Amino acid sequence: MKRASEEKRDRVTQSFQVAISDIGAVRVMSIEGYLDAHTAPSFESSIENEIRSGKIRLVVDCARLTYISSAGLGVFMSFLEEVREQGGDIKLAAITPKVFQVFDVLGFPKLFDITPAVKEAVEQFNRPRES
Amino acid sequence: MDAFERSFTLHVPSSTENLAMIRDFVASIGAKAGFDENEAARITLAVDEACANVIEHAYSSEDTHAVTIRATLDNKDLVFDIIDNGRGFVAGDMAQVDVEELIRQRKSGGLGLRLIRAVMDEVNYQITPGEKNELHMVKRLHRG
Repeated sequence: MKRASEEKRDRVTQSFQVAISDIGAVRVMSIEGYLDAHTAPSFESSIENEIRSGKIRLVVDCARLTYISSAGLGVFMSFLEEVREQGGDIKLAAITPKVFQVFDVLGFPKLFDITPAVKEAVEQFNRPRES
Repeated sequence: MDAFERSFTLHVPSSTENLAMIRDFVASIGAKAGFDENEAARITLAVDEACANVIEHAYSSEDTHAVTIRATLDNKDLVFDIIDNGRGFVAGDMAQVDVEELIRQRKSGGLGLRLIRAVMDEVNYQITPGEKNELHMVKRLHRG
């Protein structure tokens, strides 16, 4: 028998998943599913684990992200300053048009590096940041 | 007058787990009202934000309360009323701070109401803390 807390975690896992990979010195977090107030805490701890373990060159691959609300956007916002202070960045890649409109309403394209594909985001880490 | 009004109501326990169910409910009403997929998605986002605010702020993330989502569709508007009986909250202050400043302050909140206002044509609320709080959001069916 699973405990209630395990069952709840399983349901979160079904609706939102993070897969981790590395391209050179860049850590790629591929996120999938629904990033809302229910699943954002799980993503927050994933991204926090990366940063605490020194991974500050992060690309978030959003190709399979089907939905985002402000709780999800808030995760990106709350860590951006910290990683940039340490010389890293959080870059967002491959956002679908439906999800992009949410980023756009809040002016995220001016504040984050957003690229059409993961490859370009990784390459940007090898170039100085334009300001 | 041939005003024809239809009303749909969803009551759910105050858990963020139910946001997915709320979104399904809103998306199907959006489609019924004739909004295209993108517009229905924006309306769904606005209602999700409103309900997440209720669960997290009015009910302090306790999942033992109730959230009511009432949708009313007539030939002019699609109206959503989000009703709770928790601690009323006024989210007006954060909406004034720009996103760049929120990032500098390492804040993760303050965006929900901004999204609601960007999507809906009319937003207002009535708060009677501990008794009844009602957020009223209107989306016009036709612009112009």
